[in-house]
Amino acid sequence: MISTHVLAAVGGNSPSIPAPHIEYGQLSPMLVVFGAALVGVLAEAFLPRRLRAAAQLGISLVGLVGGFVAVVVLAAQGHASTRAGLLAMGSVAIDGPALFLQGVILLTAVLAVLTYAEGRLEPRINGHRIDAFAAQAAAVPGGEQEREATREGLRTTEIYPLTLFAVGGMLLFPASNDLLTMFVALEVLSLPLYLMCAIARRRRLLSQEAAVKYFLLGAFASAFFLFGTALVYGYAGTLRLGEIADVVAGTAPVTPALAVTTQNDALLLIGLAMLAVGLLFKVGAVPFHSWTPDVYQGAPTPVSGFMAAATKTAAFGALLRLFYVAFPGIRWDWRPVMWGVAILTMVVGSILAVTQQDVKRLLAYSSVAHAGFILTGLIATDRRGVAAVLFYLLAYSFVTLGAFAVVTLVRDSKGEATHLSNWAGLGRRSPLLAAVFALFLLAFAGIPLTSGFTGKFAVFQAAAGGGATPLVIVGVLSSAIAAFFYIRVIVLMFFSDPQPSGPAVAVPSTLTATAIAFGVLVTLGLGLLPQYFLDLATKASVFIR
Amino acid sequence: MNSLIPLLVAAPLAGAALLLLGGRALDRFGHWIATALAALSFAFGLALFADMLGRDAEHRAVVERLYTWIPVDGFQADISFQLDQLSIVFVLLITGVGSLIHLYSVGYMAHDERRRRFFGYLNLFLAAMLILVLADNYLLLYVGWEGVGLASYLLIGFWQHKPSAATAAKKAFIVNRVGDMGLSVAIMLMFAEFGSFAFGPVFGAAGDASQGKLTAIALMLLLAACGKSAQVPLQSWLGDAMEGPTPVSALIHAATMVTAGVYLITRSAAIFNLAPDAQTAVVVVGAVTLVFGAIVGCAKDDIKKALAGSTMSQIGYMIMAAGLGPIGYAFAIMHLVTHGFFKAGLFLGAGSVMHGMNDEVNMRHYGGLRKYMPVTFWTFLLGTGALIGFPLLSGFWSKDKIIDAAFAKGGAEGWILGLCALTGAVITAFYMTRVVLLTFFGEKRWQPDGDGNLPHPHESPKTMTIPMIVLAFGSVFAGGLFTLGSSFLNFLEPVTGHQEGHPPFNSYVVSVIATVCMLAGVGLAYVMYGRGPVPVKAPVGSLLTRAARRDLLQDDFNHAVLVRPGSALAATLVWFDSKGLDGFVNGLAAAIGGLSGRLRRIQTGYVRTYALSMFGGTLVLVASTLLMRSV
Repeated sequence: MISTHVLAAVGGNSPSIPAPHIEYGQLSPMLVVFGAALVGVLAEAFLPRRLRAAAQLGISLVGLVGGFVAVVVLAAQGHASTRAGLLAMGSVAIDGPALFLQGVILLTAVLAVLTYAEGRLEPRINGHRIDAFAAQAAAVPGGEQEREATREGLRTTEIYPLTLFAVGGMLLFPASNDLLTMFVALEVLSLPLYLMCAIARRRRLLSQEAAVKYFLLGAFASAFFLFGTALVYGYAGTLRLGEIADVVAGTAPVTPALAVTTQNDALLLIGLAMLAVGLLFKVGAVPFHSWTPDVYQGAPTPVSGFMAAATKTAAFGALLRLFYVAFPGIRWDWRPVMWGVAILTMVVGSILAVTQQDVKRLLAYSSVAHAGFILTGLIATDRRGVAAVLFYLLAYSFVTLGAFAVVTLVRDSKGEATHLSNWAGLGRRSPLLAAVFALFLLAFAGIPLTSGFTGKFAVFQAAAGGGATPLVIVGVLSSAIAAFFYIRVIVLMFFSDPQPSGPAVAVPSTLTATAIAFGVLVTLGLGLLPQYFLDLATKASVFIR
Repeated sequence: MNSLIPLLVAAPLAGAALLLLGGRALDRFGHWIATALAALSFAFGLALFADMLGRDAEHRAVVERLYTWIPVDGFQADISFQLDQLSIVFVLLITGVGSLIHLYSVGYMAHDERRRRFFGYLNLFLAAMLILVLADNYLLLYVGWEGVGLASYLLIGFWQHKPSAATAAKKAFIVNRVGDMGLSVAIMLMFAEFGSFAFGPVFGAAGDASQGKLTAIALMLLLAACGKSAQVPLQSWLGDAMEGPTPVSALIHAATMVTAGVYLITRSAAIFNLAPDAQTAVVVVGAVTLVFGAIVGCAKDDIKKALAGSTMSQIGYMIMAAGLGPIGYAFAIMHLVTHGFFKAGLFLGAGSVMHGMNDEVNMRHYGGLRKYMPVTFWTFLLGTGALIGFPLLSGFWSKDKIIDAAFAKGGAEGWILGLCALTGAVITAFYMTRVVLLTFFGEKRWQPDGDGNLPHPHESPKTMTIPMIVLAFGSVFAGGLFTLGSSFLNFLEPVTGHQEGHPPFNSYVVSVIATVCMLAGVGLAYVMYGRGPVPVKAPVGSLLTRAARRDLLQDDFNHAVLVRPGSALAATLVWFDSKGLDGFVNGLAAAIGGLSGRLRRIQTGYVRTYALSMFGGTLVLVASTLLMRSV
C-alpha cells in the first residue's frame, strides 16, 4: 500500500492522501529512542560545552533505558506472542523476534554508551577529561585546528545522538515488514555508523580511512539491496514481506500483471540474491566481509564494540525476517546458496584469524566466523533455528561488547596497545583483567559453562535438526580452528613473559567497569543457567505475517 | 545406634583432613589427635558390636544410607554403609590393631620431622579401609579400595628421600592398579548384567545370570583380590613395600590392605558359590601363593622381608580357604583375624629390634638379642608360636581348620590342597624358627653402621612395648576363644554361610599331623641355624636358595614378560605419536597457518579490491541461486 501511496504522490494527481494509522504505543521503543536522539541534537545546539558530555550521556541513557522498558512492557502485554501484529499500515511488524532483538540491541547500546563516556583512560588535558573520540571531528588530522581543539579539551559529544539514531534504525531493521522500510532502516542505522567510525581521537587517519571504506562499501551493498527490492517488486508487485510470500506460494489473487511477471522466476531469484547481499554485507559474511577488519581496527574501540554487537544483531534480525517471512516458499532455492555462504564464512573467518597480530583485527575476524555460526542456525528454517539464532545473538552481543571494552583498557603512551605482542604476560601484571578477557575468549571459543557454548550448541542442534549435518561438521571443525587462536591469546597472556616496556592497564571508572561486569555476568549466567533465556528465545521465535 | 556407623569412617577421615591440612601448628600434638581418633573409631566399633550382639542373628545386619551419590536415571549410586557380622569383624580388627599401631608409631616415629603427615596418612589408611569394608555396594567399595591404594602408596614411599622407597611405592601402586582394573571391570560387568552394583540386588539376582558371566565377574574379582592381597601373579610389590616405616608394614600386613582381597572374595560369596571354575582358580592361586611365599620367606636375610614372605603365604592360606566355598569362608576370616594379631605383633617386634639396632634389617647382623630386649623377645616368640601353629596358640586353631577344610574338599583335589597346606606348615615353622634363632639367639654378629657406631640394643619405649604386649595376648588367646563352642563360626554364619566339611580322617588326626609337620620344620631350622655359628655373610647357597633370595625370580619374570614388551610397545606408540600423529597435527596446523597467510594477501586494504570481491561474490551468489533452480 505504501507503494501505491508513493506512486500516487509522485504522480501528484491524487487529491488527498489518507493519513496513515500509527500505533504509537507499540512503536514506542523506536519513538522513545528517536525522540531522545532529537533531544540530543537540540542539546548539542543549545547547551554550553561543559555541560554537554554529562547531559548527552544522561539523555542517551534515559532514551535507551526508556526504550528497553517499553520493550519489556510490550512483551509483558503479549505483543511478542498473542497480540503480535503489523503496525503503521503494515510496514512494521512487532512480534516475538522483533521485541527480543530490540531488547538485546537496547541493552547492548546502554553498555556501549557507558563505554563511550569513559573519561579516565586518556590523560587529562589542561584539567579537561577527554574520551576516545576526536576533539573536533572536522579538524584536519595533525593540523593547527586540531591541536587547538585538543588543547581546549573539546569532545565530540555528537557521538551520542549519532548512536541514538543508529540504534533507532537498528530497532526498526528487524521489525520492518516491507522491503522499503527495511531499506530505510538500513540507511538510518548505517549513516550514523559511518560517521562514528571516523572520529577516533588517536590514529585519526586510520579512523577516517576506515569510515570512508565502510561508507563506500556500505553504499555499494545498499545499492544491491535496493536493486534487489526493485526486482522482487517487479516479480511480486508488492513490497510487503507477507504478500511476497503469498505471491511466491501462488496463494495471492492473480492479477493480469502478476500473471505476466510471475512467469519470470529469474526476477525473483536475482532479486532475492541481491537482497541477501545487502544484508550479508552488514552481518559480515564472506565474501562480503572484507570491510570488517579494517573498520573494526580503525573505528574508536567503543564504537567497534557497539557495531560488532548491535549491528550484527539488527542485521541478522532483518535477514531472519526476510528469509522466514518473505521467502520460505523458495527455501529450496536459497538454502543451498546460504549453505555455501555459511561454510565459507566459518572457514575463512577462522582461518584468517589465525595469523592476525592485532587484537581488534582478531576480534573482527572472529566476528566473521561467528556470523558463519549464526548462519547455520538460520539455515535450519524452523522455529528452533529462529530461537537458536536469537539466543546466540543475545549471548554474542555481550561477550563482544565486553571484549572490546577490555581492549580499551590495555594502553601504552600511544593509546590502546592493540598489537598482540603487547598482551604478552598481561596475566601476571593484571590477573583480573586478563582473567576477564580469557573468559570472553573462552566464550567466543564456545567452551562449556560460558554463554558461547550454549549458543553454539543451540545453533548446531537446530541446524542438525534441520537436516544440515554436514554444515554442523564444518562448524565444529571451524570452531576447533577458532579455539586455536582464542586460546593462543590466553596462552600469550598467562604463560609468556611480560615485555619490559609493555602496556599498562588503565584503571577505568565505574562506567566501563559496569559494562565489563555486565558482560561477565551475562556470559557466565547464560552459560550456567541458560534455560530461562532459551525458553524466552523459544517463546519469541514466531514471526507474524 | 546405627548413626554411629558413618562416624566410624568420619573419625579417622577427619583426622586425616585435620593433620594434612592443619599445618605446622599441629606438629607437636597431631600424632596424639590421630591416635585418639583411631581409638575413638575403635570405641564406636565396640559399641556397635555390643549393640549387634544384643540382637538376634537375623537382625544383626543393618544398613545406614547417607545420601545418593550419583542420581542418574538408571544408574543409582548411594553413599550407604552396611554393617553386618562380616563387616564388624573387619571394623574391630582394623580399628583395634590400627589403634595399637598408631600408639606404637608415636614412639617409633618420634624423631621423624614429618611425623604429623605420617599420622595423617595412617588415619587416611584406616578411613579408606573402613569405607571398603562398610560399603553396601561395589562402587563405594571401589572408593575405599582406591583409597587404600593411595594411602599405601603414600606410606610405603613415606621416606621419599630414599630412591628405593619411592620406587617401591610406585611399584606397589602400579601392581595394584592391575588388580584395580579387575575390580572396575567386574563392577562394569555387574552393572551390565544386573543393572546395579549394590550387594543386595547383585547377590539376589546372581542365580539368574549365566554361568559364563558369573565366572567372568568372579575371575575379575579374583584379579582384584590378587592385587591387594599380594597373591601370585600380582605378589611382587609386597616385598619391596618393606621400604616403608615398620608400623606401615604392620598396618598393611595385619589390619588393612592385604586383607582386602580376602574380604572381597568372602563378601562376594554369592557370586563365587555359583562359579565353580572361578573357585578352582581361587584355590589354585591360594595354594601356589602359600608355598611360594613360604619358600621366599626361608631365603631372606632381611627380617622384614622374611616376614613379608610369611604374610604372602598366610594370605595364601586364607584365599585358599575362601576358594573352598562355604566350608572355608568362616575359617578364612578367622585365620585373618588371628593372623592380624600375631603378624602385627611380629612386625612391631621387628620394628622394635630395628629401633634398637640402628635400623639394621639384616638378621645375619643380629644375634643374642633376647637378653637386651626381653619384652620384644617374648612377644615375638609368642607371635612366632602362633604363626607356626604351636598347639593351643591362636594360629594353631585357625590354621588347622583351613588344613581340615582343604582335605574336606574331597578327591584328588582335596589331597593336593591338604598336602600343599601341610608343606606350607613345615616351611612356615622352618623360616620363623630361623628368624627367631638368627635374631635372638646365638652369638652377637653386630656390625657398625654407616657412621661406624656399633649398635647399643635396648628395650623400646613404653608406647612401643605396650601394643606389642596387647597383641601378644591376642596371639595367644584369640584362636582358642574363637573356637570355643564354635562362637566365631556361629557369629559369621548368617553372612558367609557354613557347610560342615567331611575330611577323609578325623580332625584330631589332622591336628596331630600338622603339629608333627610344625615340629619337623622347627627341628630342621634348629639343626641348620641353632647349633653352630651363623656366617655373617650369606653363603652362596643352592640354586633354589639363590632363586628364592630373588623372590623366586618374580621380578625377572615380570621384567621379561611384561616390562620389556611393554616398554617396546610404549616406544613404538611414542614413535607413532610423535612422528605420525604429531606430524599430522603439526602439519595440519602449519597448513592452516600457511593458508591463513595466503588468504591475508587478499585483504589488501584497497577499497577497490574489496568492492571487486563483493561484486564477484554477488555474481556467484546470483548465479548459484539461479543455478539451484535449473538443476
